[in-house]
Amino acid sequence: MIERINFWGIPEFWHYVAYVLPMVAAFYMLWRIYRHLSIWWKIGRSENRWDHILQRTWRLIKHGIIQLKVLRQTYPGVMHAAIAWSFFVFFLGTALATIDADFYQFLRSDIYLVFKFVLDIFTITALVGLALAAFRRYIRKPPRLTLSAPFGYALLILFLIVFSGLLTESLRLAAIAQDPGLQPGWEPALAWWTPAGWISAQFWLAFDLVPASLMRTHLGIWIFHMGLVSALFIMLPSSTLAHIITSPANIFFSKLDQPRGKLSPAVNLDAGLVGAATLRDFTWKQLMDGEACTECGRCQDVCPAFTAGQQLSPKELILAISEGLAAQAPTLLASNDHGSETPIFTGEVIKEATLWACTTCGACVEECPVMIEHIDVIVDMRCHLIDQARIDGQLQMALDSLGRYGNSFGQSDRMRAKWTQGIEPKIKDARREPVEYLWFVGDYASYHGSITEITRKTAEVFRIAGLDFGILYEAERHSGNDVRRVGEEGLFEILVEDNTAAMKGCQYQAIVTTDPHTLNTLKHEYPPEINHAHPILHYTELIDDLITSGKICFSKQLDYTVTYHDPCYLGRYNGIYEIPRRILEATGCKLVELPRNRKCALCCGAGGGRIWMEEDEIMERPSEARILEAIQLHGVQVFAVACPKDITMYKDAVKTTGYENRLEVKDIIELVHEAL
Amino acid sequence: MDIAVLLKLVPDLVEELEVDSTGKSLDTTFMRRIINEPDEHALEQALLIKEGSGGSVSVIGLDVADMDDVLFTAAAKGADRQIKLTGEFEHEPNNHDLARLFVSVLKGNPPDLILTGVQAHNDLDGAVGPLVAEYLGLPYVGYIAGVSVENGGITVFKEYTGGLVGELHVSLPAVLGIQSAEKPPRYVAVSKVRQAMKTTSLDERAALELDLSEAAAIERMFVPENGERAKMLEGDVEQVADQIVGLLKNTGVL
Amino acid sequence: MADDIYVLIEHLQGNVTEMSYILLAAGRELAGGTHGELVGLLLGHNVNGLASNIAVNRILMIDHPALAEYTPDAYARAIETLLEQRAPRVVLLGETSIGADVAGGLSARLDIPHISLCRSLRVENDKLHFTSQICGGKILADGELPGPTCLVTLVPGAYKAEAGQGTSAPPIEAVKAPALDGLRVSLQGYLEPNTGDVDITREPILIAVGRGLQQEMNLELTQEIAEVLGGELCASRPVVDQGWLSTSRLVGKSGKHVKPKLYLALGISGAPEHTEGIGDPELFLAINTDSQAPIFEVAHYGAAVDLLDLVPVLTEKIKQVKGG
Repeated sequence: MIERINFWGIPEFWHYVAYVLPMVAAFYMLWRIYRHLSIWWKIGRSENRWDHILQRTWRLIKHGIIQLKVLRQTYPGVMHAAIAWSFFVFFLGTALATIDADFYQFLRSDIYLVFKFVLDIFTITALVGLALAAFRRYIRKPPRLTLSAPFGYALLILFLIVFSGLLTESLRLAAIAQDPGLQPGWEPALAWWTPAGWISAQFWLAFDLVPASLMRTHLGIWIFHMGLVSALFIMLPSSTLAHIITSPANIFFSKLDQPRGKLSPAVNLDAGLVGAATLRDFTWKQLMDGEACTECGRCQDVCPAFTAGQQLSPKELILAISEGLAAQAPTLLASNDHGSETPIFTGEVIKEATLWACTTCGACVEECPVMIEHIDVIVDMRCHLIDQARIDGQLQMALDSLGRYGNSFGQSDRMRAKWTQGIEPKIKDARREPVEYLWFVGDYASYHGSITEITRKTAEVFRIAGLDFGILYEAERHSGNDVRRVGEEGLFEILVEDNTAAMKGCQYQAIVTTDPHTLNTLKHEYPPEINHAHPILHYTELIDDLITSGKICFSKQLDYTVTYHDPCYLGRYNGIYEIPRRILEATGCKLVELPRNRKCALCCGAGGGRIWMEEDEIMERPSEARILEAIQLHGVQVFAVACPKDITMYKDAVKTTGYENRLEVKDIIELVHEAL
Repeated sequence: MDIAVLLKLVPDLVEELEVDSTGKSLDTTFMRRIINEPDEHALEQALLIKEGSGGSVSVIGLDVADMDDVLFTAAAKGADRQIKLTGEFEHEPNNHDLARLFVSVLKGNPPDLILTGVQAHNDLDGAVGPLVAEYLGLPYVGYIAGVSVENGGITVFKEYTGGLVGELHVSLPAVLGIQSAEKPPRYVAVSKVRQAMKTTSLDERAALELDLSEAAAIERMFVPENGERAKMLEGDVEQVADQIVGLLKNTGVL
Repeated sequence: MADDIYVLIEHLQGNVTEMSYILLAAGRELAGGTHGELVGLLLGHNVNGLASNIAVNRILMIDHPALAEYTPDAYARAIETLLEQRAPRVVLLGETSIGADVAGGLSARLDIPHISLCRSLRVENDKLHFTSQICGGKILADGELPGPTCLVTLVPGAYKAEAGQGTSAPPIEAVKAPALDGLRVSLQGYLEPNTGDVDITREPILIAVGRGLQQEMNLELTQEIAEVLGGELCASRPVVDQGWLSTSRLVGKSGKHVKPKLYLALGISGAPEHTEGIGDPELFLAINTDSQAPIFEVAHYGAAVDLLDLVPVLTEKIKQVKGG
């Protein structure tokens, strides 16, 4: 019966080395990692990320080990998984072998053969993965990659480890093939349980070497292999392979409500914290983000600001944190005791224009395989810029207006319900009488010239469906979603206070809004008395219900071919993807999907307060890119959206791209209205 | 350099304005007051001077509704002292009286430079600046869009009609009417204002007692009648555009 | 003398300002009612030449080297004694960088009333009345001009400069200048306005943009309609302050005075500081979402729609007309 022979062909002296050397190296590695990690909590602010351990562990398995997010993209996914899974298997294999040798011998007979077979298959897998990586890095060279030498060194050492492992196996097999006495129970038919090893062994056999010389070579390469593994341990914390530690850790500690939209910006006046100005104002987790980045560049690929040619690459931004930390850590740690001046990071190392370019669309966060939280840290830094009044004139005008009138349009709060003029019977005032649905109308729907038309249609649809609804009239204020996201936390608080006070006085069963941004903040960021007491719905959810329950019956079927743009705050942030599509189909429209849809939808460019800011020099507006995407689709007549800001963005974009006559931008409610 | 900035609140034009039952003054029941825009520029200019060449900035305002917010905002922006003139201001004083009130504070400890907005949109008896200057016996220059400080005086940039700018030397102390600061007034984060409310105390001074009952020259105040108005083009955007094209044709532009 | 109307003639760099003629036009009407004389106050140094087309009964001229160009200190001191001695019924000054400076100081110094932001003056039953335009033109205030002497600073709008221009030089009475020593304000020089790429004062077709533009990127829309119409863009203060257009395109009090044939005001509320720079266009169209905006007080035609909605449609229609 065949069984695993511990330290096959290795003299006894080397047995001790094989235990001591890698172990010493591993402990040295752990010590270095600890020393490095401790920088995060010595410098960063504290933040509790130890809750929900089970949920976190499950997330670690899904994304750290199985690597579901990595696998979303075929080539890099397969490539990375091939390498990573192989090394997991090698690690597991070594652990099993140790158990077999020192604790409980079980690697014998069939179990042993399967053990060998699995390791052998993953040796091939690893080599294929490494070849794919080398091909991608040196031949394909996708622009999003950081093409620097350390990545090459990492590939080389991994290759040498795997290859030397294969060589030892092949030498062992070649020796046994010549002298079966070297492995009791050996028979030639078993050779194919290690196909890669056996094929490689043919090379040695072709030279007709005696077993003794094969075993000498075997010993030499075995020592080389073990040395490399130890060297890898030693260099790992400071190499690009450090992500083997930091990335899973980052996944484990990632925000649990992600990607749902709750921010808790770095503002605590009592603690003297007003945004993230220095690296000390970053949480330990934000510092970790910087070092968990594998520089894969997927975030950069999906970033609307980067694609538009603005000065923001989410990847570079995150890397700047880790580079900044590397540069500043000695100073920061030294000054820990005597609290001397901390160098300003925000606006210096990371430029203002970079921070303002973000639309908070969440595509980077959605895409990041290691669950880095780009938006939280950007908003924290924006809080500092706001505090320093480093904002452009247009944003200042919008914020001044929001502070004074509760809207960004510079119009009186008393004009908020002007759009209701002429609607008979008058829309109920939710402050005065109970309503079933409290309609939080939102700024754009209330004030923006062409959108108020849509708002009126929404009211009509609600009325036809027999809905009992009311609005807050002039008591409503901007919901604050994007006020928080530009970093004006103080103003956000006031808006929340005002709106909460107004809503608290009303009797209602649910809140409905047409604006996904409003939906997001009401749902995730308002006090529990608002979002725990009653459901908060996007109007598409409500319309969908009304269709299902038969309260909305369409009198005609529209025969438009439409495409649908997922608003960031409806889709990625709140997971509402299918409902709007269902409504579109119910109206009779034929839906053709945009290439980038659902989780991958491209942002229109308006979010995160961008709609209030001056436009930088850009190559192509995201909204225009999106319209061009729709134009490519065969026969699409209507570009359907479900967000008031999208209406303005895309109506502009069809004009500027010159497709005004080919493509009509419509809110879903307009199609519903038309089909009634 | 010690600088005083005189602040005044004016009706917010974003709101519809109405005349009260006397027919002689604005209805203040629902009126929203905001800082006079040129005054905001005056404050900004003062802060810029302070940041450039040192000194202090005091802001002075009358104790009327919303003035506290304005003073705290000024504190949050970087003003060092906030002086609030308290008293009965049921009828807001005209600018002559307002100037006297300001002077009562300024007289005791005159600053090197007094800045105020060149005018307010509701000035009926001239701007405050020149009156304050005259009552204090100081020189006044208005319509200023820039100040540079040098030894023994200042150079100011005065705007004239047509974009012409005069460069004038003014000896100190002096009063300036600011049209616009060198930079647009800075933004101040709400949290800073809230912080200022907690940490700043307003220096309250009882205002000089003035007889403010003196009848103003105003006999009637009114919203301009429609008769003087443009002919409004009705209809949706399409229809309006058609009508405009018609008008352009008639005028021979098209 | 107590019925005389005095007008402070403003001049800069050897030219009488347009405002002076507007003041003269107003003064002429008023003097007609009071049966007094219309008197021009001309302060300067060797400025007889400036009087050539000033339509007044006579000119009081104070000549002094310190008055060669306007400075507030010297002007106020030069006029002070004269006004005290002659006590005219009304002294008319422009609501300008010169007039407003001087009037305020004189009012305090001589303790005479000052009516500012005055839009028009009239005589009713031998009494002088004023109408001031406040709150950005949203409110008018009427009253009787207090006496015996009253300073009035006038905003343009109700009077035409042509009416203040005469054909012959009026008689000049030289008044001795007071001692003008120890002046605290002195002129160092002028910075010439940046004329920029375009001279909007010569453009017959002007498309004016204001706060309603909302975003700099929307300039493109208005740029296009300006091109289609063969005109130029100009702006009100907020647009220039934002840096979206250069100061050379600013219309109004501190900007240019324009005399176009067509003035299309887009998203401009119509504060007097802006509208006073618009000289009598043949066609004055205003677009503003707020149907109560004061711009509709001065425009010939208006529409309460969003410029961002209207302009693309209008541009298209104009293109069609031009193309066809």
